[in-house]
Amino acid sequence: MPKYEFRVNGRAVSVNSWDPGQPLLYILRNTLGLHAAKFGCGLGQCGACTVLLEGKPVRSCVTPVQQVTGHAVTTLEGLGTPEKPDRVQAAFIAEQAAQCGYCTNGMIMATTALLHQTPHPTPGEAKHALSGNLCRCGTHTRILAAVIRAAKA
Amino acid sequence: MAKASQGRCVSRRDFLLTGGAVVVGFSLRSSLPKFVLAQGAPSTSDLRNPLDPRQVDSFLAFRADGSVTIYTSKVDVGTGLRIAMSQMTAEELGIAVDSVSIVEGDTALVPDHGGTGGSSGIPRGAVDVRQAAATARQAILGLGAAQLKRPANELTLAGSMVRPSAGGVGISIGKLIGGRRLNLQVDGKAPLKDPATYTIVGKPLLRPDVPAKCTGKCEYVQDHTVPNMLHGRVIRPPAIGAKLVSIDESSIRGIPDVRVVRIESFLGVVAPDEWAAVCAARELKATWTEWEGLPGSDDLEHYVRESAVDHDETVASKGGDPKAAFSSAAKQLFATYAWPCQSHASLGPSCAVADVREDGATVWTASQGSYGQRAQLAKVFGMPEEKLRVIFLDGSGSYGGNGNDDVAADAFLLSREMKRPVRVQWMREDEHGWDPKGPPQVLELRGGLDAQGRIVAWDTQMWIPVTVPGNRPLLAADAAGIPQAHGQGSGAISQNGDPPYAAENVRVVAHWLKQTPLRPSNLRAPGKIANVFAVEGFVDEMAAEMGVDAVEHRLRGLSDPRAIDVINRAAQMIGWQTRPSPMPRPAQGGLLVGRGFAYMRYKQAENYVATAMEVAIELETGKVAVRRVTCAHDCGLIINPDGLRNQIEGSIAQTLSRALHEEVKFDRSRVTSVNWASYPILTFSEVPPIEVALIDRPTLPPFGAGEAATAPVAASLANAIFDATGVRLRSVPFTAARLKGALKS
Repeated sequence: MPKYEFRVNGRAVSVNSWDPGQPLLYILRNTLGLHAAKFGCGLGQCGACTVLLEGKPVRSCVTPVQQVTGHAVTTLEGLGTPEKPDRVQAAFIAEQAAQCGYCTNGMIMATTALLHQTPHPTPGEAKHALSGNLCRCGTHTRILAAVIRAAKA
Repeated sequence: MAKASQGRCVSRRDFLLTGGAVVVGFSLRSSLPKFVLAQGAPSTSDLRNPLDPRQVDSFLAFRADGSVTIYTSKVDVGTGLRIAMSQMTAEELGIAVDSVSIVEGDTALVPDHGGTGGSSGIPRGAVDVRQAAATARQAILGLGAAQLKRPANELTLAGSMVRPSAGGVGISIGKLIGGRRLNLQVDGKAPLKDPATYTIVGKPLLRPDVPAKCTGKCEYVQDHTVPNMLHGRVIRPPAIGAKLVSIDESSIRGIPDVRVVRIESFLGVVAPDEWAAVCAARELKATWTEWEGLPGSDDLEHYVRESAVDHDETVASKGGDPKAAFSSAAKQLFATYAWPCQSHASLGPSCAVADVREDGATVWTASQGSYGQRAQLAKVFGMPEEKLRVIFLDGSGSYGGNGNDDVAADAFLLSREMKRPVRVQWMREDEHGWDPKGPPQVLELRGGLDAQGRIVAWDTQMWIPVTVPGNRPLLAADAAGIPQAHGQGSGAISQNGDPPYAAENVRVVAHWLKQTPLRPSNLRAPGKIANVFAVEGFVDEMAAEMGVDAVEHRLRGLSDPRAIDVINRAAQMIGWQTRPSPMPRPAQGGLLVGRGFAYMRYKQAENYVATAMEVAIELETGKVAVRRVTCAHDCGLIINPDGLRNQIEGSIAQTLSRALHEEVKFDRSRVTSVNWASYPILTFSEVPPIEVALIDRPTLPPFGAGEAATAPVAASLANAIFDATGVRLRSVPFTAARLKGALKS
């Protein structure tokens, strides 16, 4: 089986896949045991599967593993832990910006990418950056508050 | 005084905690899921006896280290129930909340005190556990009295210690009872703590599950794996009632290690690699019969209105004959309101893992009712209930009965066939296409006003799907030709069809329809959102007819101070100006601006909620922007104000989504709105600031608050659109195209 080499959360990984078109999401979840990125639609419409590829947010459900070869991937697990969350995660926890939490991965990854580009976003910029991430529980106002809180941290 | 048994705390839980299984619970101490690891085999003889919900030990286990574990069949589906239930229990027991952990929805470990739904988590679930804790408190004080050789009434229980109230040496709960059973029946009269002395209930404590959810460490059912597990996908027919004719397995020859499972018209694929299963499900060539049994969604309102009635029922009535009173009223109003099919549209498609063996089965699910799911699976698949263990794990928000029970049946059937554990997650088009739906509703209202604007006649006729006893049929069983019940239910959908204001000659009649298109289900605040949309829209029409301010009109018909409070608060917060509606002003920058109001008492017996909102409508496009929402909310005793706010904010945002965007589309054969492009929901750019005022009533019972705030949202939005434009929208969704059309005509 063809082998694909890339970095995940700073660690070099080498994975096999029978299909070069296999989306990164399945490799992360099933081969590498990283479950933070979630399957939401498989269509790149909802953002639940968002990871960072070279610091930029991508939909891992429509990103073929082949395309990731030689690149650096960051997942939610790579940011921090419950004991030591990074500033975005800490802001989401402080604002209790989750209900079911299924979208939370994508929200935090999109926020991380936003703050990298725009350290002090306006509420409008925050809304725009998250416009491709869906939340069904209606936690939007808290998520936006968390983005602003993280920017101030 | 009942004495606690000195026997060892040996129960099924100990067998299981030291048995083959891994128990997942939330511990507040670590803010992380607590994993209790295993070592031997569970005693199956012990499993035959259900945990008795009349026993304190069924709900609470006291450990020697002073910690307490709650066992409950009510589950936290992102609603904050875990922390709220822990707070109520800790408060009653006089222990720190971080000494409490909770095990939810595991049929081997928790007593069955009902599934999760109808906002019952707090008022029934947590209240049951609180009463068990209050009973335990009395027993612990009794044990303390014996040990300390003082009367129980001179002792207090606080800080995990029983001490003389006057001060002095105490003894810890862990020492008194830790590791042992109480062997006590829950005493419904065991005294509760005086709310004036609360130190834990009422505090905005943080939820234990959020840190794990924000760091990828929360194990959702979608993340659950077991050794030797296969991934499965089910291929649903292209038309709902189609039968499988043939398959061509050569079409998936290139995909590794795939097995096809076919049982009559049930068609599934399994593979060790999930992507292989996904690809095989997509590429497997199958021939199906044609089927065109649906009416199509285009003229659903008319179709529902003309559907065959099972029976009529007067669900509310007051005074005399509305028809006679209507004909003699000074002003007569008539209107028809309608609500379409809507999807739970869970963000994560439903998922389950099943491990079916010769001697029993285990199913991991995010279903809101583990016991209900166990009973149904056992019955349909012919397995004794006690041999089936259903374990709840977190899932994507479900908001009622989504695809969780169906996917469990899919996994069960595939595991049974393969004799290996199988995980099935639905694809996006499965969830949107096949989750049972919030049903369509049609309401016709007639109202009569006297010269002063008082309601002298009110008649609501509603057309809704009848409840048929028995479980909702499982897709897998129907497809596989396995006999099963064909029950039908969508929750208490006939409530709130009458006005919550002073009115004479009121009647609400439900025309229970034999069926409506697509399987009906309970979807958050079942029926009430549409009913309040109609009632509060119609009340707004009455106010406009009389030329009276909408808030003033409502207040005139109310005497309950709790109702008056929420109305005044919501109006004040938005800066309500007293004037009649509509008041379309000349478009400013192409925008028409207005405000709307709605009030309701949930189920006419629970929460009081008022919402006000301000909208701006683009004249050119008809696009509605909600600029601001205020909400005043009274649910009695507040357990955790932050958790409550989160639920209210979510209720409002989700219902704005349902009112602005959501309608399940279907043709003669199938659902056609099967992804987020064809079934759009609210996005960040559309979310307004939401201001919530909580009114706490510490001496009153707590009502569940997971859905009440949804109910007035669509009405206040429609009323605001009317205020801005003079256009009365009586069906959702309020899409730009629909409003643009209405503005032109």
